[in-house]
Amino acid sequence: MSSKVKITPQIVAEHGLSESEYELICERLGRTPNINELGIFSVMWSEHCSYKSSRRHLGKLLTKGERVIQGPGENAGVIDIDDGDVIIFKMESHNHPSYIEPYQGAATGVGGIMRDVFTMGARPIANLNALRFGEPDHPKTKTLVAGVVHGIGGYGNCVGVPTVGGETNFDKGYNGNILVNAMCVGHARADKVFYSAAKGVGNPIFYVGSKTGRDGIHGATMASAEFDDDSDEKRPTVQVGDPFTEKLLIEACLELMATDVIIAIQDMGAAGLTSSAIEMADKGGVGVHMNLDKVPQRERNMTPYEMMLSESQERMLMVLKPGQEHIAIEIFEKWDLDVAEVGKTTDTGRLVLTHKKKKVCDIPIAPLADDAPNLDRPFTAPAKREILAHDPMFDPVERGSSYNSVLEALLTSPDICSKRWIWEQYDRTVLSDTVDSSQSGGDAAIVRVHGTNKAVAITTDCTPRYCLADPFEGGKQAVAETWRNLTCVGAEPIAITDCLNFGNPERPEIMGQFVYAINGMNEACRALDYPVVSGNVSLYNETNGQAIPPTPAIGGVGLIKDLQKFKSITGAKEGDTLILIGASQGWIGASLFAQIILGFGRDGKPVYAPPPVDLDAEKANGDYVRRLIRDRRVNAVHDLSDGGLAIAAVEMAFANKMGFSLDAQNDLPNYAWLFGEDQGRYLIAVEKYSVNPVISTAHSKGIPAQKIGTVGGAKLIAAGGFDISLNDAHMKYENWLPDYMAS
Amino acid sequence: MKSAVIVFPASNCDRDAADALAKITGRDPLMVWHEETTLPPVDFVVIPGGFSYGDYLRSGAIAARSPIVQDIVRKAGNGLPVAGFCNGFQILTESGLLPGALMRNKGLRFVCRPQKLKIINKTSMFTKAYKDQTEITVPIAHFDGNYFADGETLNRLKKNGQIVFKYDGNPNGSVNDIAGICNEAGNVLGMMPHPERAVDPMHGGTDGIPFFKSVLESLR
Repeated sequence: MSSKVKITPQIVAEHGLSESEYELICERLGRTPNINELGIFSVMWSEHCSYKSSRRHLGKLLTKGERVIQGPGENAGVIDIDDGDVIIFKMESHNHPSYIEPYQGAATGVGGIMRDVFTMGARPIANLNALRFGEPDHPKTKTLVAGVVHGIGGYGNCVGVPTVGGETNFDKGYNGNILVNAMCVGHARADKVFYSAAKGVGNPIFYVGSKTGRDGIHGATMASAEFDDDSDEKRPTVQVGDPFTEKLLIEACLELMATDVIIAIQDMGAAGLTSSAIEMADKGGVGVHMNLDKVPQRERNMTPYEMMLSESQERMLMVLKPGQEHIAIEIFEKWDLDVAEVGKTTDTGRLVLTHKKKKVCDIPIAPLADDAPNLDRPFTAPAKREILAHDPMFDPVERGSSYNSVLEALLTSPDICSKRWIWEQYDRTVLSDTVDSSQSGGDAAIVRVHGTNKAVAITTDCTPRYCLADPFEGGKQAVAETWRNLTCVGAEPIAITDCLNFGNPERPEIMGQFVYAINGMNEACRALDYPVVSGNVSLYNETNGQAIPPTPAIGGVGLIKDLQKFKSITGAKEGDTLILIGASQGWIGASLFAQIILGFGRDGKPVYAPPPVDLDAEKANGDYVRRLIRDRRVNAVHDLSDGGLAIAAVEMAFANKMGFSLDAQNDLPNYAWLFGEDQGRYLIAVEKYSVNPVISTAHSKGIPAQKIGTVGGAKLIAAGGFDISLNDAHMKYENWLPDYMAS
Repeated sequence: MKSAVIVFPASNCDRDAADALAKITGRDPLMVWHEETTLPPVDFVVIPGGFSYGDYLRSGAIAARSPIVQDIVRKAGNGLPVAGFCNGFQILTESGLLPGALMRNKGLRFVCRPQKLKIINKTSMFTKAYKDQTEITVPIAHFDGNYFADGETLNRLKKNGQIVFKYDGNPNGSVNDIAGICNEAGNVLGMMPHPERAVDPMHGGTDGIPFFKSVLESLR
């Protein structure tokens, strides 16, 4: 696009700017913008970069805590894990690109989130991903699953960062808009954390990494628009990843960071050179002058517009200490990466760009960043759902079925079945610090801090069907479930990153889902002293007016101080007693049992209220389980989630290759006891001699605890319920996904 | 024992290999950058896993033509012990130090899992410390591990005891379940599994330890 393009209302609209936003630009500039300036405003004010619909609500979240070193606002969050070590982490969406071009969309999502983490000085030590696909029968689903998984593996495996965990759901609500949320966790020393504020005037600005091409132009704008049937035409806006260059970039940056020459560093993510330059300048309170002729270019005759809006991958921008440039140049040349001084920091507070000796952009930085629109969009409260009461007709036997068939149906449901087909395609063991990963079927991945006896526990969680039924309770539950999963391995939960995926915020009911989910999350964060340190908002996840279920994916990180004292889902022994911690009311509303077996929420049948999380009980129960692990009172731990007690016990049986027998009980109808999804509960396996002390100590603290069965044998037995062979059930659980992918 | 680990720009198991060598030999290995033209004087060389130069071409094809690998080829011909894991195995076949080729996995998917292996040649310089152990479990993580060689080569490998490891449960379609082979002289070994990721009970088990101990004992 030539710099001489005349700005017409059509061009303004094509840039995703409203009339009022355009008027505001003219007002701030005191003149009409040229095409380069218009392009820069359009990406900076896109939903993706400016958070214009979400900012005022995100501000409510708890972001401070004893271990928080850096909360939201930087490339990633930073937490203290003692001994001068810090963990840097974030989760981010790459939904729209992955739907259009699953391999590259997912791959560059992984690349982008890793850059956010190593930009701050951390070596990435673990990747996770939270994936939501459409219903299995949808014609696109299988291709999307194959492409996304291949893309995640293709990138992470090459770069050599283990992909240790994640979650995958299938739901009709994602048929036209899948979610690919990638999380990266890195480790750094506390005195070697790097930030993006470009301080000082007259300091050199360096561009390093891949050359700039014409790929991904306007990716941020695409990520801020709804889809329709012609979305495939947007394929050229999807970036292409090069994990080899990313690997070089990681090593080169970490090598440079070990010296003392970097003032500020920022990766070029969404909106590329534009947003990295502006964010650095804005945070540092300086201006920026760049000569675009110096930008390494992959293609000939690139215009300033294209260079500024390109989203070519694997690029970084850094401000160096003057006089030290040669150190950086030497390191980047060693790694065969492009490196060029493209400009200097100034005291003008303006972004000035020159190209072929002509000034092609001259705009004040403040309105672009901090001063970007901050909307107060109208929202409506989500509908209140009724509580689903117990009904004798819910019993499988009354329905002419059996507990065995119900259990099998749940085990072979897309959400519960084994995801081995997915995680076997990810290198989980590179770097040799993976203590536990998806492989065990446990609650959180455990990754050792290299060369130490401590580890981080990591998990991602969200239950979209709860969020759809009640965004407030769903948001609360997603946060609480990550806390619970970290607790299950004996970790001290520290902080979360959030990836908030919602529909079109211009619709008050969608905005309502967003606001209520944030409020729910915030309530859980505050009750559990579990702050948000980083995150990302992805709106406009709609196709042809059909929004996705609200999906606030949460990534939780905790600390295991002593690797001699962690626990997992494995470790149960023949003859161990199973104890249930937490209260059971047999909550069936919005459960998988209600959805899959009873058909609620489908074919016009109503959705009922999801299980509420009692945060006081959550905290008490979790603290107690963590204490039991620390005191070595338990052999194995698993939380109760999708599918309730029955599925938790079966998953533990699969992980230990050992059956169980659950005792008869008379407090609840059997289906509600086995498949109810009450929150804040844990299943633990303990030695016989520990049963009485574990239960009596719990009771003395007011924590519900009861003996419910025994570990052992080759069968899965629930008195008055199912009685089924462990091997048969396991085979069915393992086979669903590979059979589906091969069909 | 003095050892070296070759580092290509996108090697990603170089640290794993170095840690394993340091742990078992008691000495930090030398890390040799791919642009070097001459190996330093060492007793044992490891070509680690990873993606060498990105492997956008055939895995290991470019690395096999790098200056340092040329020197490895020369010195291996004079008896220097060399082991290549995963991408290292691919580089060794591409360089001609080992026969055969590694094709894309039969399932056309990357596969990462703890893998049972049968030790076929228990007297090699890489396996003698396994003693009575005939079966081990070591992690695999690869896309191009489907070993192939023609019938004549396979017969020769078998006859000479060059088949060192076989898969118990073939993960990738390898001919005759071959997981690792050595050259005729027995000083060069390539294998797809990662023994360097199995030297720690906290991580991938300890079945990789005797591998490195075997080399150490053989050189004593």
